[in-house]
Amino acid sequence: MIPTVAINWAVVEPILPELLLIGIGVLLIGLDIFVPRQRQVLPWLTVVGCLTTLAMVVGSRPSVAFGGMFLVDGYAIVFKSTCLAGVILTTLMSEHFCRIIGLRQGEYYSLMVFSAVGMLMMASAGDLMVLYLGLELMALPIYALVGLHKTEQRTSEAAIKYFLMGSFASALLLFGMSLLYGLTGTTDIARIAELIATLHLGNNPALMAALALLIAGFCFKVAVAPFHLWTPDVYEGAPTVITAFMSVSPKVAGFAIFGRLLFLGLPELHEHWGPVLAVLALLTMAVGNITALCQRSLKRMLAYSAIAHAGYALLGLLAGTAEGLAATMTYLIIYLFMNMGAFGILMLLATPDQPHESLDDCKGLASRHPLAAAMMLVFLFSLTGIPPTGGFIGKFYLLKAAFSAGYTLTVIGAVLFSAISAYFYLRVVRYMYMSESQQTISCSFSPGMTAALGLCLLGVLGFGFFPGPLLDWTTAALAGM
Amino acid sequence: MFTQIFFGYCALMIISSGILAISLRNPVHCVLMVLVLFFHMAGLYLTLNAEFLAAVQIIVYAGAILVLYLFVLFLVSLREELNLDAFVPSAWLGRIIAVGLAGGLLFVIPSFILGEKGVWSMSAIKELTHTKALGQEMYSTYLLPFEIAGLILLIALIGGLVLARREANIPLEPEAPEESQTCGHPNRKEVSL
Repeated sequence: MIPTVAINWAVVEPILPELLLIGIGVLLIGLDIFVPRQRQVLPWLTVVGCLTTLAMVVGSRPSVAFGGMFLVDGYAIVFKSTCLAGVILTTLMSEHFCRIIGLRQGEYYSLMVFSAVGMLMMASAGDLMVLYLGLELMALPIYALVGLHKTEQRTSEAAIKYFLMGSFASALLLFGMSLLYGLTGTTDIARIAELIATLHLGNNPALMAALALLIAGFCFKVAVAPFHLWTPDVYEGAPTVITAFMSVSPKVAGFAIFGRLLFLGLPELHEHWGPVLAVLALLTMAVGNITALCQRSLKRMLAYSAIAHAGYALLGLLAGTAEGLAATMTYLIIYLFMNMGAFGILMLLATPDQPHESLDDCKGLASRHPLAAAMMLVFLFSLTGIPPTGGFIGKFYLLKAAFSAGYTLTVIGAVLFSAISAYFYLRVVRYMYMSESQQTISCSFSPGMTAALGLCLLGVLGFGFFPGPLLDWTTAALAGM
Repeated sequence: MFTQIFFGYCALMIISSGILAISLRNPVHCVLMVLVLFFHMAGLYLTLNAEFLAAVQIIVYAGAILVLYLFVLFLVSLREELNLDAFVPSAWLGRIIAVGLAGGLLFVIPSFILGEKGVWSMSAIKELTHTKALGQEMYSTYLLPFEIAGLILLIALIGGLVLARREANIPLEPEAPEESQTCGHPNRKEVSL
């Protein structure tokens, strides 16, 4: 009498990219255990696997699977591609950096791949349960990755801090979700929106509490002030390659679920979450940019800059329009390239016995290694938002979206803080080009690192000069929403 | 009436044992407090007619997971206490935030209204038995979350293993030359758990 559900091809088809990635992850562990001498193929296998998945994701047809729990729409495809691009760039950089710091665990790559599976799940989540489980699936491998390099004291502290704050954020999220479930009786995000409209829950205080808890949880995950306190320590303590990964891919995935829940599930409440996010965005930009001014460590400065960029990305969300969401997506894609690039140059500076993370270490980089200095210059210009780099295009559309939605004060604040940020970004440029070199270490490029930095440079400059296709892609992706 | 008193008792015990679990100094006492908490959680599930969940709560959490915690506590030397810098500068600030949060949540409770009912009515569950209904839903409607949860357990296993394993002492060297790869590298042995 129990009806059995036949698992056939049509059911499995939408999650094929995820299944492929899971297969790659398991294969990576197997190769590491059974063929330990061939470890050098692991990063390349990861890259090839992620590229195949990327191709499958981009080529997938829009569909709804598992009764609305798994959505493959344009929105999901853009976010999935961005996350996968982040994983690919990180993997390309990993080979070089792991050799320098002596990180040789083979599980490293499979953990990263499993984390990517979590991100894909998050981007496609149409149900609160899948959303939360995807989040945990993404976060768990990263906790392990942060603590993987056990010879350094800082990393263990960073890992435990990240784990505790991550669990705390998950608890807040779960509390908010349970209130939402209690009020509506469903975990389907689209159905929640319908029920809020039909039951006239728009001004219910309990729903407001749920919204507040959800926003707090999401802000923890994407490191938005005042929930950013864990970020600088964790980003500084983690191995630089993991920091680069953490500051991009999980953040993009976090924005994916943030946007999905707010736009698909709680559009009725825009008048409530719009102003709240505006205040949070202003606060984040202020905290990130002003604190970055007084950092002597380049890595910590980039950590604060990552916080500030989360604030910029919020500008598109708070507008509550499709235009704003498209601007956020565009910005996140450009941010992926420029932030990865800046961290990549930081990784080039590292040597086996010294991490070389302070600002003094980039003094005279231009005379030691003109190419690395020139690339850093482009990435820093882009992070500041100076044309003709991609950073300018991204920021411009964000500000435009927030402005046309009526958040004039927030836009003015964003421009001001952007101007402040020019000081600390360009200070690095000054050190690189106008100071005498103190060391004589030379940077060595590995094939993976060259490819990753080349891709980043191509992304930053390409989207700066020809932003049209990217904008068309993100705008078209939202056509169905 | 009895259900309400029972619920009140369970809720009170959960809150107080939860607070005790994070404020007691002795880790063994903390774990025992969590045990009390788990038993009362199981009691709460009983008031909701979720017998299966109550049984699982006791067998898995109280029976297996907590015993593991106790083992870890006994195996790890606890003589030195870890002191991390607090995120919130003053303990009182944290307490004020906590009380504010609790007050806010208590304030919104009166306006809470129940949403729409699910497809499983009480009688339908009684007819099919709870465990059967749960299994049926889990393997049909909620197949995807169920599988993701399985994957999460796998990751937790791998992550725990990676973190617990001692770091292999490999001297830093450029890519191993061809002959040393064929004749085997003595240092390349990894010490696992």
